[in-house]
This record gives sequence, C-alpha cells and structure tokens, in this order.
Amino acid sequence: MQRRSVIAAATALPFSAPALVAAQGFSPQNPECIAPAAPGGGFDITCRLTTRVLQETGISPVPIRTQNMPGGIGAVAINNINAQRRADPNVIVAFSTGSWLNMAQGRFGRFGENDVRWIGAIGADYGVIAVKRDSPMNSLQDLVAAFRQNVAGIPVGSSGAVGSQDWTKVALIARAAGQDPRRMRYVPFEGGGQAMAALLGGHIQVFPGDASEIRGQVEAREIKLLAVLSPNRLPGVLADVPTAKEQGVNVEWPIVRGFYGPPQMPDAAYNWWVDAIRRLQANPVWAEQRNAQGLFEFTMVGEEFSRFAKARTAEYRQLARDVGLIQPQ
Amino acid sequence: METFSALGGGFAVALTPFNIMLALMGCIVGTAIGVLPGIGPLNAIALLLPFCLALRLPPESALILLTAVYYGSGYGGRITAILLNMPGEPSAVLTTLDGHPLAKQGRGGAALAISGIGSFIGATLSVVAMTFMSVPLARVAVAFSPADYVALIAFALSLLGAVGGVSAPKAWGAGCFGIMLALVGVDSGTGVERFTLGSLELLGGIDFTVLAIGLFAIGEILLLVETTMRAEAAKIGGGQRLTLKEVAFCLPAMMRATGIGFVIGVLPGAGASVASALSYTAEKRLNESNGKFGQGDIRGVAAPETADNAAQIGNLVPMLSLGIPGSGTTAVLLGALLMYNITPGPLLFEQRPEVAWGLIASMYVGNVLLLALNLPLVGVFARLLSVPASVLYPGVLALSFAGVYAASNSAFDLLMAIVFGVLGWLFRKTDIPLVPIILGFVLGRMLEDNLRRALSLSGGDVVALVESPVSIGLWVLTAGALVWPLIMVLRRRG
Repeated sequence: MQRRSVIAAATALPFSAPALVAAQGFSPQNPECIAPAAPGGGFDITCRLTTRVLQETGISPVPIRTQNMPGGIGAVAINNINAQRRADPNVIVAFSTGSWLNMAQGRFGRFGENDVRWIGAIGADYGVIAVKRDSPMNSLQDLVAAFRQNVAGIPVGSSGAVGSQDWTKVALIARAAGQDPRRMRYVPFEGGGQAMAALLGGHIQVFPGDASEIRGQVEAREIKLLAVLSPNRLPGVLADVPTAKEQGVNVEWPIVRGFYGPPQMPDAAYNWWVDAIRRLQANPVWAEQRNAQGLFEFTMVGEEFSRFAKARTAEYRQLARDVGLIQPQ
Repeated sequence: METFSALGGGFAVALTPFNIMLALMGCIVGTAIGVLPGIGPLNAIALLLPFCLALRLPPESALILLTAVYYGSGYGGRITAILLNMPGEPSAVLTTLDGHPLAKQGRGGAALAISGIGSFIGATLSVVAMTFMSVPLARVAVAFSPADYVALIAFALSLLGAVGGVSAPKAWGAGCFGIMLALVGVDSGTGVERFTLGSLELLGGIDFTVLAIGLFAIGEILLLVETTMRAEAAKIGGGQRLTLKEVAFCLPAMMRATGIGFVIGVLPGAGASVASALSYTAEKRLNESNGKFGQGDIRGVAAPETADNAAQIGNLVPMLSLGIPGSGTTAVLLGALLMYNITPGPLLFEQRPEVAWGLIASMYVGNVLLLALNLPLVGVFARLLSVPASVLYPGVLALSFAGVYAASNSAFDLLMAIVFGVLGWLFRKTDIPLVPIILGFVLGRMLEDNLRRALSLSGGDVVALVESPVSIGLWVLTAGALVWPLIMVLRRRG
C-alpha cells in the first residue's frame, strides 16, 4: 500500500513548524464541505462520509455541513470559492484526480492548481485494464503488442470523453506502445455501468475501469484483468493481478480523493484542516469507512500533498499537450 | 422449484415487521418525492444512504428501504401531471396528454385511480418476470449493441408526430427544438463546448428539471394568470368514478405496456421515458379508430404509467444480476451495496441470498402497500384542486422554484427556468405541443451518444447501423411509423 510518512512531510517543510502552533488558535465556525456535483456521486460521498466520521470521532468539535454545488464538472465550485470566498477558513471542497485533469486541460477557466490550497488526500482507488473472460489477451503485454500492430483495431470503451480519466489510462498504455493515443478507437459511454455492459456484450474489447467498480465481475469470472495501475499489488480478490509496472509498462493511475481549501485560507485554518485529515487517517474507525467507499489507503497531507497535486497536474498538462488535446504554449 | 424456495426465503426476510415498516416508509417517501418537482429518486436515495449507514441498518433492510423509494417514486410522478398538467418526473410527461384533459372533465380521480392500478400491474408483473428470468434476461440485454440503440431511439423519435396533438408539423418542430436544447453543454465524445455562450453554468448542459418545470409548471401558471383563472382550471368531482368496466377496458393496454416497459427497462441504456413514450404511442396507433387520445382517453393514462413502473423494475435486472447499473438511480443503489461490502453481480444470489431474494420479495410487498396507499388517497389528492387557485398556484410555483434550486443550488438555473416558463407560455398560446420538446430533449441526447458509439465502433462505416436483425426490424418499424400517417391522410382524401 501507498503509505507516506506524514511526519517526514510535516518536518521537512519550512512552513509547518510555526503552522502547528497556529493550528491551535483556530476552531471552525459553521464549517462547510462543498461537493462540486449533485447528490449521489463520488464527490458527494467524499463529503458526506468524511465529515460524518470527522464529527463522530470528535476530530471536529462541530458538525460539518455538506453543500452540493454541481456545474461544469467542478468548475462552478472552484469559481465560487475564488470569486466569493477567497479567504474563508470554514470551507473545504472535495476533489479527485479528475479535477487535476480538468485543471490541466483548462476546463476550469483560468483557475488551476495554484488557485487553491491543497489540504490532503483521504484515500485512492486505482485504475484497472479489463477484458472479457474469453478475450485472447491475457496480459498487459498482449494489449501492448496488439496496440503496436494496429492501435485503431481494438475498440476501447469507458465513461467519459477523450481526455477524461478513463481515456487517459489507456492513452498512457498506447503511448507506452509507441502509438498516438488519438488514433485509438475509443468509445465513450455514460458511466462505467454501460461500458461494462458493452464489454460483456462483446461490443468493446477493453474497458479501463476502476478497481472498486469491477470486483463483482472479477469474482464471477465474467472479466479478466490485464493489470492494476497501482504502485503495488492491491489486496483482496485482486491480489493475483499484476501491476502494469511488473509487466514492464510504467503506468500508474491512482484516483485520489480529498479536499482543497480557498486560495487565501489563513494558515491557522489550513493547518487545522490538514491536522484533522491527518488524525482521521490515523483513526481505526476511518479504515472501515474508507474501505466502504471503495478506497484504498493513500495518506498524504499538507505541503507534501500540495507538491504532489501540482506535480500531477503538470504531468497531465504535458500529456494533454503531447496528444494535442490543448495547444502548446 | 428452486426459485420458489429461494423466494420463500426472501419473503421470510421481507415480511418481518421491521422490514415491512421500512418498505412502507420507503413507499411513502418515494411517492412524496415523485410528487415534488425537481427532487427525484436519485437525490432522495443519495441523501438517505448515509442515514442507513449511521443507523447501522442491516444491508437487506437498507436496500429494501432505498429500493422502495425508487419504485415508489413511479407512483408519485403522475399526481401533479394529471391534476395540474405538471409532470413530477421525466416519465410522467406522457401522462399529462390524457390525464390532464380527464381532470378538466372532472375525472381526475378516475385518472389517478387507473394510473395507480396500472403502476401496480406493471410493477408486479415485472417483479414476477424478474424472479424467474433475471440472469438470462440480463445476458440478452447486454447483447443489445449501440447500433441497436440507435434504431430503438430513432423508432421512438419517429413517433413524435403522434404525441403532438393536432398538428404534426408543429410536433416535429417542437421535437427538433428539444433536440437542439439537448446539444447544449460539453460534448460527451470530444469534450468540446457547444452553445455554452461562454457560460460556466451551461457546461453541464441543461438540466431536465429546469426544462420541465419551466415549460410545464411556470408556463402553465403564466397562462392561468393571463386568463385570470377562468373556467380553464380543472374541476373536482362531477365526473364518474372509475368503474370496473373501465379497468377491464384498459387491461389489454396495460398488458402491452408491461411488456414494452419491462423489455425497454432491462436494456441498460434505455429508460422509463423511452418506455412510456413507446407504450403511449403504441396504444394511440392501435386504437386509431375508437380512441380519443389527447382529449382524455383513459388508456392514455394507463399505458404510460404502467410502462413507467415496469421499466423501473426492469432497470433493476442488470443491476442485480450482472452488477451493471443502467441509470443514475440504479448506480446509486449499486453504490449502496458496495458500501455494505456486498458485491452485486452474478454471484449475489448465491453469496447473499437474504439480500437478493429479500429485496425481490419486498418488491411484491411494497407494490401491494403502494396500491393500498394510493387508491384510498385518490380522493385526498383530487381535493388538491379544491384549494383556491390563489393559494394553490403560488404554492406550486414556490415548490417548483425550491425544486429547481434544491437540485442544483444555482440561481442561474432559476433564471433559466423562468426563461423556459415564458417560452412554455408562448408555445401554449401558439398551440405548439410541449411533450415532443421534452421527448426530443431526452431522446436526442441518447440518439447522439449511441450514434457516435456505433460509428466509432465501426470506424465510421454507416452500414454497421443496419447489420443486426434487431436494428433492421426497428428501422422497418421506424419507416412504417413515418409513412403510416401519410397513408392515412391519403386514404381519407382518396
């Protein structure tokens, strides 16, 4: 599992020492968690479950209200906090890896990774590459070889458009095979469920899904997994599936979930939230709740996480430029 | 026989007093949110789920509650559609066509009653089908390819002319307007922004709730304000109650609607809106000679309401048997299962029979409860119209705005709803039908997405659209539906 040393993160940085002191001077007033989507989605669950555990464990002295702010796949929320709540100490916003992609591709207007304060991750799901059980492909190398032969010959389908998370997973593999990802035969579906149906129905051959959503089909041997896109093997039923790295393809795809704050959130408040997420991760109650959300352990908070978020966004921006999704600047 | 003993085990779970109580609660909540504009089953289930976890309900009980909300909402959507000409959910749009005229004739109670009975028949027969054929059905459903969906949706669209009242050209124009509205937002295939006018709020496209509330609720109220509440408003009483003879008269229509609704519902990529539109138009075409569809034909209420509930149950089939959610709401239900560490899919029935069969058994119970709840309440609902218009309509307007705002927390959506309201008022005055707009909006998006999928799978080869027997059959039906009205016109003239 991806375990990061939070102590190292806290001590290695110049900002953190005074910040820890300042954190004690802050207590949230009517705090709010913005889920930048309608109720029921991943952002909504991130807010509702996390805030509930924060209150139940006493980490937050007051209840944290969840507010749904759908619109523009998160663009409305980032605009809202940048325009109206730049220094609000009592608001956090849920994000995922998808938000980084959107920032990288300029979908949040002029706002990017430097226009928020990254608080921390609460866990991560991982990408997988799935094929139907009777597929001739048995390893990621088979897919890479097939891509080398004819990248447009294999119908790939998933939720989201070209440039979305699921698309990027296979795009990275196509690129590792030395092919132009834009030439892939990619079919967008509305949600992973419909893409899974298309895989089982034999309409598409490859489905780049997420580990948490394919467990049922793996257990029932309806599908095979060619690879998990995690740094190490995943626990449980997926333990037999090799990582992409093991198969010589250097592709990782963590779907990180967590929170950011407004760009000018005061240090005292920022440190309080960072500390809250850190204490949450250390609490045994949380492990159970995180698993229920289909998330694996991914502990990274504060400045270390901020650098990670910015590095990832830069990486995705480079990819988007390479494959011509955005104009080079 | 194995199925019967498993179902028996399911009833042992579903019939515990606690679970009956939860099913009843779910049915009441479901009916209520079906009535309220804006708030759909998806939002309600998403909001209830954390409570289930917090109360530490066992998984089968939580699922019984949440699923009851889901199918209960299918009973609620019709109430405002019939009485006020304001559909509470997408699939109730068709119910306005004959339901509201019936209410104006003083037969609102009868329309409510037949829609309750239709919902019960559609849902219960579908649960029976699900009990015995769930897994094989789901296998057939996933074989339905994007090209087949294109043909199915094209067929549904070809029937637009039939839902538009008197003037077919106006119906087609309205349908095209709906399709145009569906294009607004980030394009699902390429991520390109279309017709967003640089506005962030329009990136996600136009929300169905905003469009439906604007066109129907606000438009209707504007018209009422203008006509200063003349005799236009619906009457209470005066009309005949629903007779047994009428129920028998509707029975064939309800049977056909159950078949159409369930089959469409099982397909992971279609939905209740397609099902209710197809079954309404099927009845209208079949009964061309003896029907008065559009002016208050009781079968015009029975058919779409039956199909709606049958499709809702059908939608659960791929979710339970293959772990594939076919709609947003079933995706949230699937998420609920995952949170309980239960993996939906082919093994669910073996690994957790108490959950799978308990849920199925509870749906038999829940639909009986819903019928028992709804029939006696018909009178109460119909009384809604005895509330003075000066109180009723401002209240409806307030609820509509609350619904729009609750769904999105966006003042922009409120403004957009008002704009659509003014449009709805203008359309009413110029006899442009509203139902084709809604159908064009819902189906247009589906058509585009599936067409793109089919063509990118075939590498741009259009022949792929007519390769399977299913798609060929559907295209023939589509051509028939387009040509048939012309033949009728020529024959009448000839």
